[in-house]
Amino acid sequence: MTPWTVGKLTHYIQELLESDPQLTDLWLTGELSNVTRSSAGHLYFTLKDATAAIKCVMWRSAVEKVTWQPAQGAAALAHGHVSLYPAQGYYQLVVDQLRPAGLGDLYSQFEQLRDRLKAEGLFDAARKRALPQFPRVLGIVTSPQAAALRDVLKVIGRRYPLVRIRLAPTLVQGATAPPQIVAALQAIDADDEVDAILVVRGGGSLEELWAFNDELVARAIVACRHPVVVGVGHETDSTIADFVADVRAPTPSAAAEMAVPDQAELRQRVRTCTRQLEQALRRRLSLARQAIDQRWRALHRLSPQAQIDAQRQQVDDLSQRAARSLEHTLALHHSQLAGLQARLAALSPLAVLERGYAIVRQQDTGTIVRQVEQVSPGDRLSVRVQDGEFGATVRSGS
Amino acid sequence: MSNVRDTATPAKSLSFEDALAELEATVRQLEEGNLPLAEAIALYERGMHLAQQCSDLLDAAQLQVEQLTLANGQQQRAFFFPDEQA
Repeated sequence: MTPWTVGKLTHYIQELLESDPQLTDLWLTGELSNVTRSSAGHLYFTLKDATAAIKCVMWRSAVEKVTWQPAQGAAALAHGHVSLYPAQGYYQLVVDQLRPAGLGDLYSQFEQLRDRLKAEGLFDAARKRALPQFPRVLGIVTSPQAAALRDVLKVIGRRYPLVRIRLAPTLVQGATAPPQIVAALQAIDADDEVDAILVVRGGGSLEELWAFNDELVARAIVACRHPVVVGVGHETDSTIADFVADVRAPTPSAAAEMAVPDQAELRQRVRTCTRQLEQALRRRLSLARQAIDQRWRALHRLSPQAQIDAQRQQVDDLSQRAARSLEHTLALHHSQLAGLQARLAALSPLAVLERGYAIVRQQDTGTIVRQVEQVSPGDRLSVRVQDGEFGATVRSGS
Repeated sequence: MSNVRDTATPAKSLSFEDALAELEATVRQLEEGNLPLAEAIALYERGMHLAQQCSDLLDAAQLQVEQLTLANGQQQRAFFFPDEQA
């Protein structure tokens, strides 16, 4: 007989377990213990009762759909299939759904209501309204005694104390909570001054949060005229109210942060504006200064003084030219005169006299004697020589 | 003069969001430029008043909480002091 290997046996058992129709699709109740969450997000725990225990594993994709906090000691209802882990040689339940036991009815109610409202389109993103950026009045629906309210008021007071709060008090857990929540929602929504409504409640067990899975509460939220922020429980809690809210916040404090702006950012915006105003005005002023300089230069060019200066120069220029022209004309006339004088001097009879000639006239008639026959003996003559005249008498004729 | 100030609400009587919105619009207007100098200066002054109003409002603000109560079927409001309730 050939001995089996460990691997072969393990494989054989695995086939048995994983082919059994009972073991591949079963609901199992038990108490949760050794609950640990791996860093990869998988959930490991043991389900046990008085007589036995079984290791369970839930992969992250399934863990993400769990809407409650599986805690040590809680009674739970798990669905899954039995499988074998060959490396360690133990069998385990691979869980795909985990519900709190005892609330099994509630849980299926929750799922039915969720599916029904979803089918009605109440969860549609298109239906959801945006929150006002600067709410003036915020309605808050919660218990006045709750720590959640103090957290919310602290956050809002720090971020945006300009908003006014109207608190609509209500119980937030127990059988009478749903109608009270509905009444509070209707009262606050009827207030025309309200800009948005916060519905908050701190963390609690599934039963404590149950009022927010009530259909009437969900429909009252949907019916509100004003946008509604729901912040119920911890991040891991999901309620119907969360699904129908216009804005879903993971916690009450987060709801407060989403509902109002942060004054630190607002102050920064105001500072930025102030700086931009200063820069823009500085730019405008330097433009104006440039324009003035430009016009100043233009004006200077066009001023009467500049024109006077220019004309004075022109006058100077003209007078200089006039003076030059006059001197030139005088010089010309001088030289012409000198030429004429020279010619005149050359032609003057006195010049001939200088050379020793004389002019002879009849003393009585002044007739110039040019020929001998003009005179007779005894005629009285006047003789003009260079330096004067003297008389003469004709002695004989020719 | 420009019409900036003649038609504007006094900054002191504006709500925070109105003052901030007008402040940011004023900045855009002034940055677009091509404004007569007098108008630019008026816009600058208006913007500075608005910025001051925004800061003043935040500085002075104190969270006010009222609680709705029902008395004889009539809705009423009363001041709510969270610290005393704690």
